Formats: sequence, structure tokens, C-alpha cells
Amino acid sequence: MNSPSLARSSFVKAVAAIVQKDLAAEYRSRELLSSMMVFALLVIFIFNYALNLEPSVRAKVTAGVLWVTFVFAGTIGLNRSMAVEKDRGCLDGLLLAPVDRTAIFFGKVISTLIFMLLVEVIMLPFYGLFYNVNLFNPGLLLVMLLGSIGYVVVGTLLSSMAVQTRTRDILLPIILFPIIIPILLSALDASNGFLNHLEFDLIQPALGLLVALDVIFTAVSFMVFDYVVEE
Amino acid sequence: MQPKPKALLALDAVSFILLGISTYLALVYAPTEAIMGDVQRVFYFHVATAWVGMLGFVAAGVTGIVYLRTQNLKWDIVEIAAVEISLVFFFITIVLGSIWARPVWNTWWTWDPRLTTAAITELIYIAYFMLRQGIEDPDRRARFGAVYTLVGAVSVPITFMAIRLFRTIHPVVIGTQSAAAQGGFAMTGGMKVAFFFALFAFTVIFIDLFWNRIRMGNLAAKVEQLRLKLSQ
Repeated sequence: MNSPSLARSSFVKAVAAIVQKDLAAEYRSRELLSSMMVFALLVIFIFNYALNLEPSVRAKVTAGVLWVTFVFAGTIGLNRSMAVEKDRGCLDGLLLAPVDRTAIFFGKVISTLIFMLLVEVIMLPFYGLFYNVNLFNPGLLLVMLLGSIGYVVVGTLLSSMAVQTRTRDILLPIILFPIIIPILLSALDASNGFLNHLEFDLIQPALGLLVALDVIFTAVSFMVFDYVVEE
Repeated sequence: MQPKPKALLALDAVSFILLGISTYLALVYAPTEAIMGDVQRVFYFHVATAWVGMLGFVAAGVTGIVYLRTQNLKWDIVEIAAVEISLVFFFITIVLGSIWARPVWNTWWTWDPRLTTAAITELIYIAYFMLRQGIEDPDRRARFGAVYTLVGAVSVPITFMAIRLFRTIHPVVIGTQSAAAQGGFAMTGGMKVAFFFALFAFTVIFIDLFWNRIRMGNLAAKVEQLRLKLSQ
């Protein structure tokens, strides 16, 4: 056996262990998913009255309402996912474990991403039910996946900084939202394209930018995560 | 107390003189623009302050990387100086731009790439200071600050590009001919003098402010050390 493949398999194992830990904790408490879900529903309800979502208005704003809902619900998930680690010194325990620290980062990213995608996939039929539209569109699902990856990657990096400050839960949205604007813009543009059944040529720039952003932000977070958890 | 270095004092004086000359060139020497009239004179300082904001933005991103590589707190002081200057000068740019946009575009604000990007940079830098405020440990504060400016330096240019995918009405004065309808104009000789002189003057002013602010940061760090020594 050559050592690179050994190192790789231990990295994957460490990531998988963290994901498994988070999923098991969530399966037992069901705190995070339920609060994200209820929160997302409430945001949709508020939008209904705030924007007066009649059929004519709705066609233009559906993508916006969905993404704002995901982003807001996502901050709850991100805050919580890091806060539970910080609370009883779990993060220190994780950092002491003899694994690459970026494995912790990717483990956290994957588990938060799973929660966020679950909320999104459940919210879609709810939105469709309330407004009598069919949102099942493979293109939209793809955009939701790509947008959420970028959002969760940046969010996990910044929330691991935010939990180490005095103003932790207030701080996360303030430092996160201005950074994720390019992700949000391209996700909105691509979602609008798919929802309005535009030709693929017109959606492609936004979709391409979204993929590029996912790669760029993953690379940057990967490089700087060590500095964020260093003691 | 360390006296201010001679070179810095000289640079202060030069900055004042350059600012004076630049004001004269922009307000008196440059010819009045035919269509927009005197309000176009805002343009010289608008672009020059935006230029300083950009210099500060780039300097902040670079020092962020340098800090993470060296872990030397000296670079943290440089980074704060760059962020502060960028924050203030982008704010001046936005205010000047609004003054120009009200008569020319008939609105104080529009969601164009440049305006939005400048505003988002402001928000990121305000968030930067809020992030720093919540951290006691100087090393951690510096590390988080550096990471955040780095992430911001990656995000802001892409935001600009992303908004550019949509249509824009901001005039591109240099390099395009078709901008007249959006409030663009061709610069004549006198305008070019005022414009490039303003750019030069504000570059010098940037260096002067940067230097002063770094010096102030160093002095503040020294005061902090002395205070710690006293309390022990």
C-alpha cells in the first residue's frame, strides 16, 4: 500500500466520522431541523403578506422568496452547528483528535449541507402547495445544490470564527451576508432562468459563475481554516 | 514620545499643497462640461477618492495574506490602517457620486455594479470592525481579521462581475465612446489635467494617511504594552 492513498482514506474516514456524529446527534435531538423548518415556513408566511403574493407577482419573485428563506434558515443551521461544538468544549476535543483539521471543516460542511438541503427539499413542495405551482424542476434542484454548497462552505468558515467571539450569534449574519452576495446573485439569476423556462444558453453564465464560486470559496476556506481554529 | 519623522512631516505638507492645487484645478481651471454643467466637477474627486478606496482595499487583502504567513502583529496594524482608509474613502466616493447622480441620473442611488460593490465593500469593512470588537486575544483578533479581509478580497471583485451580468447605467468615461447617453463625456485637455492631477494628488494623500495611521497604530500598541507593564 502506498502512503498517499492511506492518508486519503484516513482523511475520508475522519470526515465521515464527523458527519456521522452530527447526523446521529440530530437524529436524537431533532432540534436543528425542526427549528430551521418552522423558521423557513414562517418566513414564507411573512413574505406572503409582505409582498402580497398574487399570481402575477409570484412568477417574478418566487426565486427571491425561496432563496431568502434558505439563507435565513441556513444561518440558524450554521450558528447551531458550530455553537454545539463550542458550548461544552467539544471543538477542543475535535481539534485534539489526530486528524487533519480540514477534515473537521469538511465534516461540518457536509453535515450542515445535508440539513440545509433537507429543509430546502421539504420547503419546495410546501411552497408549491401554498401557491399551487409545481416547483419540481431538475434545473432548480441543481441550482439549489450548487448555491447551498457555496453558502455552507463560506458559512461554516465564518461561523467557526463567529462562535469564538463575544457577540457570536448576532455576528454571523453580519459577517456572512456581504460575503455571500455573489453566490446569492448567481443562484437567483439561475433559479429565475429555470423557473421561467429560459433557454439554457441564457442560464449558463450564472450557472457557470456559481460553479466557479463554489470552487473558489471551497479552496479559500480550505486554505485558511487552520488559522481560524488555531489556539 | 517619539517625534514625528521628518519625512512624514514633509509628506504631510506636500499632501496639503497637492490637495489645494487639485481643488483649484477641479473647481476653477478645468473647463465646465457642456451638458452637465458645474456638477460634473465632482467627477475629479469622485474618481480620485474611489482610487484611494481601491488602493486601501488591495492593500488590506495583501496584508491579510502577509499576516497569515508571518503571524507578525505589525502587519495587523498595517491591515487596520488600509481597511480604515478604504472605508472612509469609499464613503466619500459614494456621497460625491450621489451628489452628481441626483441631477444627471435623476436619482441619488441606483443598483449598478459600481455603486453596489462600493456599498458592499463598506458593509464588509464595517462587519470587519464588528468582528474584531468581539475578540479579546490580540493574536486571534489579528488572525480573524486577516482571514476576513482575505475572504472579502475574493468576494468583492466577483460581486462586481456578477452584477455586471446585468445591465448597468454607470458611465465608463475612459475607453468607450458610446457612454454619452448615460452621463459619460469626452475629456478635453484641461479636464485631463485636472483628472490626472487629482489621481496623483490622492495617491500621495493615500500614502501620507497610510503612513500616519500605521504610525498611530504602532504608538497605540506601545501604549497598550506600557499599560500592561504598569498594571503588573
